[in-house]
Amino acid sequence: MLDALLDNVPLQIMLVGALVGIASSLVGTFLVLRGTSMLSDAIGHSIVFGIVVVWLLTHQQSGPLQILGAALTGVLTVFLTELLVRTRRVKEDAAIGLVFPVLFSIGVLLLNLYARDVHIDTHTVLLGEIGFVWLDTVTLGDYRIPQSLLSMGAMTLLNGAFVTLFYKELKLATFDEALAKALGLAPGLLFYVLLLLTSGTAVAAFDAVGAVLFVAFVIVPPATAYLLTDRLWLMFLYGMAVSIASSVSGYTLAVVWNVSIGGMMAVMTGVFLLLAFLAGPRYGIVAQWLRRRGQHRLNEIRTLAVHLYNHEASPEQSEENVTRALREHLHWDDTKAQRVVERSCERHLIVRAGESLRLLPAGRELAREILEPGGRGEPRSVSETLG
Amino acid sequence: MTLAEMLQDYTIQNVVAGAALLGLVSGVLGSFAVLRRQSLLGDTMSHAALPGVCLGFIIAGTRDIGSILAGALLTGALAALVMLMLTRLSRLKTDAGLGITLSTFFAMGVVLLTHIQGMNNASQGGLDAFLFGQAAATLRSDLWIMGGITLIALTLVAALWKEFKLVSFDAEFAASLGLPVVWLETLLTVMVALAVVVGLQMVGVVLMAAMVIAPAVAARQWSHRLEGMVLLAALIGVAGGIFGALLSALSRGLATGPLIILSVSAVVLVSLTLAPERGFAWEAVRRWHARRRLRYQQVLTTLYRLAMHHDDPGFPSEQGMLDTYHGLRTRGVLRQLARRGLAEWRPGPPDEPGPPRRWVLTSAGIAEAERVLDRLGQEET
Repeated sequence: MLDALLDNVPLQIMLVGALVGIASSLVGTFLVLRGTSMLSDAIGHSIVFGIVVVWLLTHQQSGPLQILGAALTGVLTVFLTELLVRTRRVKEDAAIGLVFPVLFSIGVLLLNLYARDVHIDTHTVLLGEIGFVWLDTVTLGDYRIPQSLLSMGAMTLLNGAFVTLFYKELKLATFDEALAKALGLAPGLLFYVLLLLTSGTAVAAFDAVGAVLFVAFVIVPPATAYLLTDRLWLMFLYGMAVSIASSVSGYTLAVVWNVSIGGMMAVMTGVFLLLAFLAGPRYGIVAQWLRRRGQHRLNEIRTLAVHLYNHEASPEQSEENVTRALREHLHWDDTKAQRVVERSCERHLIVRAGESLRLLPAGRELAREILEPGGRGEPRSVSETLG
Repeated sequence: MTLAEMLQDYTIQNVVAGAALLGLVSGVLGSFAVLRRQSLLGDTMSHAALPGVCLGFIIAGTRDIGSILAGALLTGALAALVMLMLTRLSRLKTDAGLGITLSTFFAMGVVLLTHIQGMNNASQGGLDAFLFGQAAATLRSDLWIMGGITLIALTLVAALWKEFKLVSFDAEFAASLGLPVVWLETLLTVMVALAVVVGLQMVGVVLMAAMVIAPAVAARQWSHRLEGMVLLAALIGVAGGIFGALLSALSRGLATGPLIILSVSAVVLVSLTLAPERGFAWEAVRRWHARRRLRYQQVLTTLYRLAMHHDDPGFPSEQGMLDTYHGLRTRGVLRQLARRGLAEWRPGPPDEPGPPRRWVLTSAGIAEAERVLDRLGQEET
């Protein structure tokens, strides 16, 4: 099986892409939920500095120590940002935007200075080369395994282990930080570990997708999941599903159109987000619109029922409870009046008898529920059965 | 090369002029963005300019600066609108909206960039210079366009100054005056795209965020008024831009964009430390003074209370006991009191070990202690 994988370049590329997405969305879920997504942008940029420094010091990029070293720059960025915010001179958003460009700038200048010594050019820094991951391999036993596959696999396992082990603590720290603190869970420390893992993932994913596209893999799949569900564990599942789907579809489209693979994968995460935004079951635009329309229609029916109920068995009944009166008294035009009457008939709330409209028991109940809320009879909610 | 020679160099002239224009426009527009807590929107819009750059190139077929900048303006502004839409119409928060638009628009840019490279168009060279900027390639004609955009932005700010000011500080009040708040806010937001467009050539899409934020944050430390802040931000932006550009010309081979960003960021650091009132340095000095003053008053009133307790204005208090009572060494403070003539020391009994010190308040000391206690009492009531 491993042989089949190692002979199959497209499969390797898709696997690396999916792993980048899965590892990133494991940590990204918490960033999105805490409202600190843009830290991933800051981390993604500033690890460039760390990677260059680590490369200049050790002339290696991919060992665990190297990843840790470069990842510390990400944590440094967050630390410096928080330091700036705590002085109360700079707001949080401005602080984020001040710190990472400085580190990124120094990284780029170091690349300028030591261009001959460093294996990365500024182009790769931003775009990554996921198409070439199979070229850079390490020998493990009898197999030559792509470096990226190895480091991304390790980061995925690490992130997965962290999230599984501290699931309860992370959940509490995310949704109720005060309570977590009161229970002695050190949510601050937990968050820093999370950011360290985010930085580590960024470093490991750097060769494949670069500094900026990484942001898409961290934020977009969890944000998509957030539009689809309210359950934390489902968010992880959806996030992973979006990552895998983006990787596979992104690779396919990139090959067809002969464009950047990493770029296309990131674009596909955006496409899935857009789908969830439009067609999500509960928070999607279409669902919201349908819900509003349903509410609107229900209100029309209620208005009609109340109108009929008010004039029921009164002298002016023959004048008021006719379709014509709806135009004059409720200011409904003919088509609207027609529509509401028809819908009410369909729901067996009223019946038409020639010109006049008559309430049925269910319609009377609906009107009473509005006019005498919490009143007589059992609290049967007609609106709910209608809804 | 001397400075005079450098300033006569055609390329350097262009770069310096471009950097100055960038500093001017981003300082002014950035002030509003930072005050309205939209700092990171500049980051999103600049990353989102990349697909526009590529589209401009594809449509024009050459590296025509006009269409490239128009494209950048379009996608930058579009990204801002998409961000607003995502956050207004769904449960996503601002940070997620920013991150989503930033990364997906940039990804589209990357895709288009590789698409252009696949077209084998000879004139596509240097398109990815827009990632980091390519200040040295600035032409006189580019400067005219950048200058024109700057002029438009500054004219808009000047013409709508009062409205922008009101919307930035109190949008609700602005709305109650009947101002079209939504339009003004959208205009202010989209105008950041103008700054981004000017910066594309100089610092590139990635570093543009700092160019919008840094001059404004630095200027904010020195001024409490919007007028002062905007003027100062423009000045800092221009100075940082020129300094960075000259530095890069001197160094030969260091990229201009990062040097400009580092110059402006250095001004931020200096401002945060040294600006009167808001600077850390002054705050530390103030705090140190306050702490000293407090300790001085505490020891003085302790001496006074002990004396009163013993019904003896000349009651000698032991220094060791004062140390224990205050939990710190009071010797320095007591000496200070003595220097001001508020307290005097008396030698202790000769058989006592250690520094035999006892302290007595002078009549001036008693008056001062009464004054301090009096004021404290007033503050309490």
